[in-house]
Amino acid sequence: MNGSGRARPESGIELYAWVFMRLSGILLLVLALVHLYIMHVVNNVAVIDFQFVARRYSTPFWRTFDLMMLWLALIHGLNGLRTVVIDYVRPRGWRFASLASIYVIGFVFLALGSLVILTFEPSRFAMK
Amino acid sequence: MVKPLEYLTYRGREGQWAWMLHRLTGLGVLLFLLIHIADIALIGWGPKVFDSLLVIYRAPVFRVSEVLLAGAVLYHALNGIRITIIDFWPAATSVHRKLVYAVAIVFVAVYIPTALYMLSGI
Repeated sequence: MNGSGRARPESGIELYAWVFMRLSGILLLVLALVHLYIMHVVNNVAVIDFQFVARRYSTPFWRTFDLMMLWLALIHGLNGLRTVVIDYVRPRGWRFASLASIYVIGFVFLALGSLVILTFEPSRFAMK
Repeated sequence: MVKPLEYLTYRGREGQWAWMLHRLTGLGVLLFLLIHIADIALIGWGPKVFDSLLVIYRAPVFRVSEVLLAGAVLYHALNGIRITIIDFWPAATSVHRKLVYAVAIVFVAVYIPTALYMLSGI
Protein backbone atom coordinates (compact mmCIF):
# COMPACT_ATOMS: atom_id res chain seq x y z
CA MET A 1 0.00 0.00 0.00
CA ASN A 2 1.55 3.28 -1.05
CA GLY A 3 -1.32 5.52 -0.03
CA SER A 4 -2.94 5.45 -3.45
CA GLY A 5 -6.31 3.98 -4.22
CA ARG A 6 -7.10 0.56 -5.57
CA ALA A 7 -4.45 -0.81 -7.92
CA ARG A 8 -5.33 0.12 -11.50
CA PRO A 9 -6.90 -2.91 -13.21
CA GLU A 10 -5.22 -4.05 -16.45
CA SER A 11 -8.12 -3.82 -18.87
CA GLY A 12 -11.80 -4.35 -19.57
CA ILE A 13 -14.82 -3.39 -17.52
CA GLU A 14 -12.83 -3.20 -14.26
CA LEU A 15 -10.49 -0.65 -15.80
CA TYR A 16 -13.48 1.43 -16.94
CA ALA A 17 -14.96 1.18 -13.43
CA TRP A 18 -11.63 2.32 -11.95
CA VAL A 19 -11.44 5.30 -14.32
CA PHE A 20 -15.13 6.09 -13.73
CA MET A 21 -14.56 6.33 -9.96
CA ARG A 22 -11.86 8.97 -10.49
CA LEU A 23 -13.70 10.97 -13.16
CA SER A 24 -17.07 10.93 -11.40
CA GLY A 25 -15.25 11.74 -8.17
CA ILE A 26 -13.80 14.89 -9.71
CA LEU A 27 -17.20 15.94 -11.11
CA LEU A 28 -18.89 15.18 -7.78
CA LEU A 29 -16.35 17.41 -6.03
CA VAL A 30 -18.15 20.29 -7.73
CA LEU A 31 -21.71 18.89 -7.86
CA ALA A 32 -21.98 17.42 -4.35
CA LEU A 33 -20.06 20.18 -2.57
CA VAL A 34 -22.05 22.95 -4.30
CA HIS A 35 -25.28 21.07 -3.51
CA LEU A 36 -24.31 20.63 0.16
CA TYR A 37 -23.23 24.26 0.42
CA ILE A 38 -26.43 25.69 -1.07
CA MET A 39 -29.00 23.25 0.34
CA HIS A 40 -27.47 22.32 3.71
CA VAL A 41 -25.28 25.29 4.74
CA VAL A 42 -26.52 28.56 3.18
CA ASN A 43 -30.11 27.27 3.16
CA ASN A 44 -31.29 24.42 5.36
CA VAL A 45 -34.43 22.49 6.26
CA ALA A 46 -35.66 25.45 8.29
CA VAL A 47 -36.22 27.49 5.11
CA ILE A 48 -36.58 24.76 2.48
CA ASP A 49 -40.15 23.73 1.69
CA PHE A 50 -42.32 22.78 -1.28
CA GLN A 51 -42.40 26.36 -2.59
CA PHE A 52 -38.61 26.63 -2.34
CA VAL A 53 -38.17 23.54 -4.53
CA ALA A 54 -40.91 24.70 -6.93
CA ARG A 55 -39.05 28.01 -7.48
CA ARG A 56 -35.74 26.21 -7.84
CA TYR A 57 -37.14 23.79 -10.41
CA SER A 58 -38.91 26.48 -12.48
CA THR A 59 -35.91 26.58 -14.87
CA PRO A 60 -34.04 23.53 -16.26
CA PHE A 61 -30.70 24.47 -14.65
CA TRP A 62 -31.12 22.84 -11.24
CA ARG A 63 -33.02 19.88 -12.68
CA THR A 64 -30.05 19.18 -14.97
CA PHE A 65 -27.63 19.72 -12.09
CA ASP A 66 -29.57 17.35 -9.81
CA LEU A 67 -30.01 14.71 -12.51
CA MET A 68 -26.25 14.63 -13.22
CA MET A 69 -25.50 14.49 -9.52
CA LEU A 70 -28.05 11.71 -8.94
CA TRP A 71 -26.61 9.44 -11.63
CA LEU A 72 -22.94 10.10 -10.86
CA ALA A 73 -23.33 9.87 -7.08
CA LEU A 74 -25.49 6.76 -7.05
CA ILE A 75 -23.35 4.83 -9.54
CA HIS A 76 -20.16 6.02 -7.77
CA GLY A 77 -21.54 4.95 -4.39
CA LEU A 78 -22.92 1.60 -5.52
CA ASN A 79 -19.72 0.78 -7.39
CA GLY A 80 -17.84 1.53 -4.17
CA LEU A 81 -20.17 -0.82 -2.33
CA ARG A 82 -19.55 -3.42 -5.05
CA THR A 83 -15.80 -3.13 -4.37
CA VAL A 84 -16.39 -3.61 -0.65
CA VAL A 85 -18.63 -6.66 -1.29
CA ILE A 86 -16.01 -8.24 -3.57
CA ASP A 87 -13.37 -7.63 -0.85
CA TYR A 88 -15.29 -9.06 2.09
CA VAL A 89 -18.19 -11.25 1.00
CA ARG A 90 -16.54 -14.55 0.10
CA PRO A 91 -19.27 -17.27 0.25
CA ARG A 92 -20.57 -17.61 -3.31
CA GLY A 93 -24.28 -17.47 -2.51
CA TRP A 94 -23.97 -14.38 -0.30
CA ARG A 95 -21.72 -12.69 -2.82
CA PHE A 96 -24.16 -13.35 -5.64
CA ALA A 97 -27.12 -12.11 -3.57
CA SER A 98 -25.22 -8.98 -2.47
CA LEU A 99 -24.13 -8.08 -5.98
CA ALA A 100 -27.59 -8.77 -7.38
CA SER A 101 -29.16 -6.46 -4.74
CA ILE A 102 -26.74 -3.69 -5.73
CA TYR A 103 -27.96 -3.84 -9.33
CA VAL A 104 -31.63 -3.94 -8.28
CA ILE A 105 -31.16 -1.02 -5.84
CA GLY A 106 -29.31 0.90 -8.54
CA PHE A 107 -32.09 0.39 -11.08
CA VAL A 108 -34.92 1.24 -8.66
CA PHE A 109 -33.31 4.36 -7.17
CA LEU A 110 -32.08 5.73 -10.51
CA ALA A 111 -35.58 5.28 -11.93
CA LEU A 112 -37.28 6.83 -8.88
CA GLY A 113 -34.89 9.77 -8.62
CA SER A 114 -34.96 10.54 -12.36
CA LEU A 115 -38.75 10.31 -12.41
CA VAL A 116 -39.05 12.84 -9.58
CA ILE A 117 -36.55 15.28 -11.09
CA LEU A 118 -37.98 15.10 -14.62
CA THR A 119 -41.72 15.00 -13.88
CA PHE A 120 -42.07 17.32 -10.85
CA GLU A 121 -44.80 19.81 -11.80
CA PRO A 122 -45.70 22.20 -8.96
CA SER A 123 -48.66 23.72 -10.83
CA ARG A 124 -50.56 20.44 -10.39
CA PHE A 125 -50.97 21.36 -6.73
CA ALA A 126 -53.00 24.35 -5.60
CA MET A 127 -50.52 26.82 -4.12
CA LYS A 128 -51.59 29.02 -1.27
CA MET B 1 -11.42 -17.53 7.54
CA VAL B 2 -10.31 -13.97 8.13
CA LYS B 3 -10.38 -13.08 11.82
CA PRO B 4 -12.19 -9.85 12.81
CA LEU B 5 -8.97 -8.09 13.84
CA GLU B 6 -7.37 -8.84 10.49
CA TYR B 7 -10.14 -6.85 8.85
CA LEU B 8 -9.07 -3.87 10.94
CA THR B 9 -5.32 -4.07 10.53
CA TYR B 10 -3.34 -3.90 7.34
CA ARG B 11 -0.10 -2.06 7.91
CA GLY B 12 -1.45 0.18 10.60
CA ARG B 13 -0.18 3.56 9.49
CA GLU B 14 -1.57 6.78 8.00
CA GLY B 15 -2.45 5.22 4.66
CA GLN B 16 -4.48 2.45 6.28
CA TRP B 17 -6.53 4.84 8.41
CA ALA B 18 -7.11 7.16 5.47
CA TRP B 19 -8.29 4.13 3.45
CA MET B 20 -10.56 2.86 6.23
CA LEU B 21 -12.13 6.29 6.78
CA HIS B 22 -12.63 6.59 3.03
CA ARG B 23 -14.62 3.34 3.01
CA LEU B 24 -16.64 4.16 6.13
CA THR B 25 -17.53 7.68 5.00
CA GLY B 26 -18.33 6.36 1.50
CA LEU B 27 -20.72 3.73 2.86
CA GLY B 28 -22.29 6.26 5.23
CA VAL B 29 -22.86 8.79 2.46
CA LEU B 30 -24.29 6.06 0.20
CA LEU B 31 -26.77 5.01 2.90
CA PHE B 32 -27.84 8.63 3.32
CA LEU B 33 -28.09 9.07 -0.46
CA LEU B 34 -30.56 6.18 -0.75
CA ILE B 35 -32.69 7.62 2.08
CA HIS B 36 -32.41 11.09 0.53
CA ILE B 37 -33.64 9.90 -2.90
CA ALA B 38 -36.61 8.17 -1.30
CA ASP B 39 -37.56 11.12 0.95
CA ILE B 40 -37.32 13.77 -1.77
CA ALA B 41 -39.56 11.57 -3.96
CA LEU B 42 -42.39 12.52 -1.56
CA ILE B 43 -42.52 15.91 -3.28
CA GLY B 44 -44.54 14.18 -6.00
CA TRP B 45 -47.40 13.86 -3.47
CA GLY B 46 -47.67 17.62 -3.10
CA PRO B 47 -46.88 20.37 -0.57
CA LYS B 48 -48.77 18.86 2.39
CA VAL B 49 -46.91 15.56 2.34
CA PHE B 50 -43.54 17.14 1.47
CA ASP B 51 -43.72 19.88 4.10
CA SER B 52 -44.71 17.40 6.81
CA LEU B 53 -41.55 15.43 5.96
CA LEU B 54 -39.49 18.60 6.41
CA VAL B 55 -41.04 19.17 9.82
CA ILE B 56 -39.54 15.82 10.86
CA TYR B 57 -36.16 16.79 9.42
CA ARG B 58 -36.16 20.00 11.47
CA ALA B 59 -35.75 17.94 14.65
CA PRO B 60 -32.34 18.54 16.27
CA VAL B 61 -31.30 14.88 15.90
CA PHE B 62 -31.54 15.20 12.10
CA ARG B 63 -29.85 18.60 12.10
CA VAL B 64 -26.89 17.15 13.99
CA SER B 65 -26.80 14.13 11.64
CA GLU B 66 -26.71 16.58 8.75
CA VAL B 67 -23.56 18.15 10.23
CA LEU B 68 -21.98 14.68 10.48
CA LEU B 69 -23.02 13.95 6.89
CA ALA B 70 -21.31 17.15 5.72
CA GLY B 71 -18.14 15.97 7.49
CA ALA B 72 -18.31 12.55 5.82
CA VAL B 73 -18.76 14.09 2.35
CA LEU B 74 -15.97 16.61 2.96
CA TYR B 75 -13.48 13.97 4.15
CA HIS B 76 -14.39 11.62 1.29
CA ALA B 77 -13.94 14.48 -1.21
CA LEU B 78 -10.56 15.61 0.16
CA ASN B 79 -9.19 12.09 0.51
CA GLY B 80 -10.52 11.31 -2.99
CA ILE B 81 -8.42 14.20 -4.33
CA ARG B 82 -5.38 12.70 -2.57
CA ILE B 83 -6.04 9.26 -4.08
CA THR B 84 -6.53 10.70 -7.57
CA ILE B 85 -3.32 12.76 -7.33
CA ILE B 86 -1.29 9.69 -6.39
CA ASP B 87 -2.97 7.53 -9.06
CA PHE B 88 -2.31 9.92 -11.92
CA TRP B 89 0.99 11.35 -10.68
CA PRO B 90 2.92 8.45 -9.14
CA ALA B 91 5.80 10.72 -8.06
CA ALA B 92 3.45 11.93 -5.30
CA THR B 93 3.86 8.48 -3.70
CA SER B 94 7.11 9.73 -2.14
CA VAL B 95 5.13 12.27 -0.09
CA HIS B 96 2.00 10.13 0.45
CA ARG B 97 2.12 10.47 4.23
CA LYS B 98 2.41 14.25 3.99
CA LEU B 99 -0.63 14.21 1.73
CA VAL B 100 -2.62 12.39 4.43
CA TYR B 101 -1.72 15.16 6.88
CA ALA B 102 -2.58 17.77 4.27
CA VAL B 103 -6.04 16.19 3.95
CA ALA B 104 -6.42 16.27 7.74
CA ILE B 105 -5.36 19.93 7.98
CA VAL B 106 -7.66 21.10 5.17
CA PHE B 107 -10.50 19.03 6.64
CA VAL B 108 -10.17 20.63 10.08
CA ALA B 109 -9.77 24.12 8.60
CA VAL B 110 -12.93 23.82 6.51
CA TYR B 111 -15.08 21.57 8.67
CA ILE B 112 -14.83 23.29 12.06
CA PRO B 113 -16.18 26.67 10.91
CA THR B 114 -18.78 24.97 8.69
CA ALA B 115 -19.97 22.68 11.47
CA LEU B 116 -20.15 25.56 13.97
CA TYR B 117 -22.12 27.61 11.45
CA MET B 118 -24.55 24.74 10.77
CA LEU B 119 -24.98 23.99 14.49
CA SER B 120 -25.58 27.66 15.27
CA GLY B 121 -28.72 27.59 13.11
CA ILE B 122 -30.42 24.78 15.06
